[in-house]
This record gives sequence, structure tokens and C-alpha cells, in this order.
Amino acid sequence: MKQTSLHDLHERLGAKLIEFGGWHMPVQYGPILDEAKCVRSRAGLFDLGHMGRVHVTGRDTLAFLDRVCTNYVAKIPVGAIRYSLFCRADGMPIDDLLVYREPDSVYLVVNASNTEVDLAWMREHARGFEVKIDDQTERTAMLALQGQRSQVVLQRLVEQCDLSTIGYYKFGFGTVCGLPNTRISRTGYTGEDGFEVYLPNADGPRVWSAILEAGAGDGLQPIGLGARDILRLEAGMPLYGHEIDATHNPIEAGLDFGISFKPEKGEWIGRAALAVVKASPKRRLIGITSDGPRVPRQGQKLMQGEREVGEVCSGAPSPTLSTNIASAYVELGLDRPGTALEVDFKGKRQACAVRELPFFSRTRK
Amino acid sequence: MRPDDRKYTQTHEWVKADGDTMLFGITDFAVKELSNGNDSDLVYCDLPEPGRALVAGETFGEIESVKAVSDLNAPVSGEVLEVNTHIEEHLEVLSKDPWNAGWMVRVKPTTKSLEGLLDAAAYEKHVASQKH
Repeated sequence: MKQTSLHDLHERLGAKLIEFGGWHMPVQYGPILDEAKCVRSRAGLFDLGHMGRVHVTGRDTLAFLDRVCTNYVAKIPVGAIRYSLFCRADGMPIDDLLVYREPDSVYLVVNASNTEVDLAWMREHARGFEVKIDDQTERTAMLALQGQRSQVVLQRLVEQCDLSTIGYYKFGFGTVCGLPNTRISRTGYTGEDGFEVYLPNADGPRVWSAILEAGAGDGLQPIGLGARDILRLEAGMPLYGHEIDATHNPIEAGLDFGISFKPEKGEWIGRAALAVVKASPKRRLIGITSDGPRVPRQGQKLMQGEREVGEVCSGAPSPTLSTNIASAYVELGLDRPGTALEVDFKGKRQACAVRELPFFSRTRK
Repeated sequence: MRPDDRKYTQTHEWVKADGDTMLFGITDFAVKELSNGNDSDLVYCDLPEPGRALVAGETFGEIESVKAVSDLNAPVSGEVLEVNTHIEEHLEVLSKDPWNAGWMVRVKPTTKSLEGLLDAAAYEKHVASQKH
């Protein structure tokens, strides 16, 4: 199992570590729900060293990425970030990712569990393009500081960059704990304001500790992947392997904002198949809330009477909404908020209701 | 050392004779694996109705934490006589006292034999082999 540069610090903090996407990662330091509340009310620090980080350079960078990405990469303003997917020719996602547009290059952040597949797939399709695909994952650290106190806390450690000038889904470079030209983006996976910071491995532990110390008086705590999963579900953000995968397309997942059918983008892999889905979707990703005691889980069926009408993708107890929540696909016509359905727990039923996603977001209103 | 007045399963349930009946529960190790020592991470426990016939090795209920669901497996076959419904609203009982107050079901066993189950010493070894 791979370890991030912060592994020993997590052990010292008493974290419970689990395997995630081939990495040994902290799932929690304390009670998961308390960690989620900490991010919603104050701030939390996450080790995201497992996320794949890939720098694409070379003359054909934009043309290449516009061939393999669903979003229109050449149209992203320099300094901005867009959500995109890699899809196969049949329109099914290989992964989803963030695309950071630089003047002459592009920085990609992909899922840990798919990094190897993404790299192989990009290299396969790079033939004929003059590009260099540099996987920086194992030599760099990635931290996320999330929550309303994030800007105040991080600014204490950042020089040469006024964080208030970095808008949502924008990035810049600043001196972090004395380390110049450090990539800082206003992004996250929690529905909160916050930042993601990219560093060489050697500086990871020092900067992690400095941020925790700088934010201690603001109630900042380290947060594990367990709470991160709840926060992203509350924020209606998809997770590969749950809301999207080889059998769940991004159109029905409501990810149209990451897919460009503009003719200027040119032909891209998956375009034709996704155009067909867009013209006649069969189901839609929605939220459900359930006041019953049981938490809906991936794979459970949604029922209307004796008829199966949908399937749960992700579920969790929501500390923010004080009820159990889930994301689920339901057939069209039953996707209106308020629609009463039931979750099937091995034959036992529990009432639930359709909600619009996201359940909560401070960044997306 | 865990109590030696009962037997254990590989899947971390315990069974204890109580007169003509037997009590089932789960071990401290099972609770800790689910909750990581945080009571609030346990969210639900689904127990069977009285009268249900249980089969040794088969599931008689489920316990859920924030992140996971685990089956509860019957150590022996028998009929459910009584269910500790108090647990459903007070899951913290399972971490505080899994051996007594945390009993889950009382069963009328089809046989008195506890053959094939682990004694406390064997269970101790089993748990040691699962530590990561």
C-alpha cells in the first residue's frame, strides 16, 4: 500500500487508517459525524496525497485534452479550473477530474483509484499529439483546508498572494510557509469555501503541522475520508464508483456543466454516445432523505409499491440535515422533489422522499 | 482476557448459556471495529422478531455504523424468545458493556451443544491474528 508524506503524522494523531484507492489513508481521527460538523461550523484539514496529480505540457496540450476530456479545455481562462470527465467511446466515464488551465500547460487532479487507468488511457490516446504527461502524484503532497475559517487561517501562512483575490474554482501561486510558487486553488469536495494546496513531498509534513497550528484557535481539526464522503454527499458532488462509473453516465448524473457539445471543441471521445443519452435520458440522479433509523446504502433498491423504480448510489447519516440522506437514480417522472418512495432493506421497507441535489452548499446556491 | 463463561464465533459473536436458554451478543472487538471506539459512529442495530427460527452461521440481524453494515451471525440454531430492544435506542450499551447489558437476543436452542465454537483462549488468538 502506498503512503503519503503525512502518513506518520496521521498515526501520531491516532487516526484509523484504511486502504483507499491503493493508499493507506486516514478514515477518521475521532467520531466521523463530529468531524463533518467541524468542517461545516469551523474548518478542517484533509490529506489528499492519494489524489492523482498530472501535469500535461507540450505544443498539443489543449488539442489533446479536448480530445480526451468532456469539457472544452481550450476555452478555460488561464487561472481557472473546470470540472470534466474522461469518457470511453460509449460515453461511460473512466474518471472525473479537475482541469487547471495554465498559460502553456494544464494540471489535472484525478481520483486515486483511477490514476493508473487514467494515465494508461491518456498515453494510449496521446499518439500523434506532441504532449508530455507527467504523473507527479508520488512526489507531491496535496492538502485541503475546508470550511468558513479557511481563508483567514491559510492567509496567516501565505505571502505573495492575497487569497481574497482567488475566486471560486480559480487558482494562483503564493509563498506558503516560506515555500515560493506554491499552487493554491479555491476548490474542494465539501460544499464549503476552502483551498487546496500542492507541495513537494518534503514540505508536506511541515506545512500540514503549520496549518493545524495556525488554525487551532479557530477550531481547525484534521478530518478523515469518512467525513469527507458525508460532506461531498451533502454537497451533491459525485464520487466515481458510486454516482458515476462504467454503467452510470454523466448526463443522467446531472453533470452537463462538465460536458461541452460545442462544435468548436471538435470531435472528442464519447461525444456521439453522450449526445444520444442527452436527447433521451431514462433516469435522473436525485437526493433522498429518510427519517427512518436505517441509512440507505449503495445498491439498495427504491420502490414504489411493488415496483422497483430506482437504486441508491451513496448514503450517510447527515449531521447537517439531521436525517439520513442518499443519492439515487430514479426513473423520470418520479424525480420531482417530494415524491414519496421506499428504500428496500432486504425486504423491510423504510419511507423516503425525493429531494433536489445538493442537500447543502455554501458555494453553489 | 475476555469472559470464559461463554463461547465465541470467528465472526465475533458470543453465545452464553442462561438456564435452558442461550444469549447472543457481539464482542468488544466487533464493536470497536465498527465504531473505532466512538459510540456516535454506531447508527442502527436491526434485531429479529421473537418467534423467528435462527440457523447456526446464518444472519439474524445487522449492525450499522456511519461507514459500514455488518451481519450478525447466529452462533447456534434456535428460536428467538426475547430481543433486547433497549439496544436499538441505546447503541452505546454495546461499547460500554457488550458482555452483559449488551446481549442481543435470547434463544431457545435446538441443541445444547456448543461444539465447534471458540473458547475464550482460542478467540483471543483469533483476534490477535486480525490486528492490523
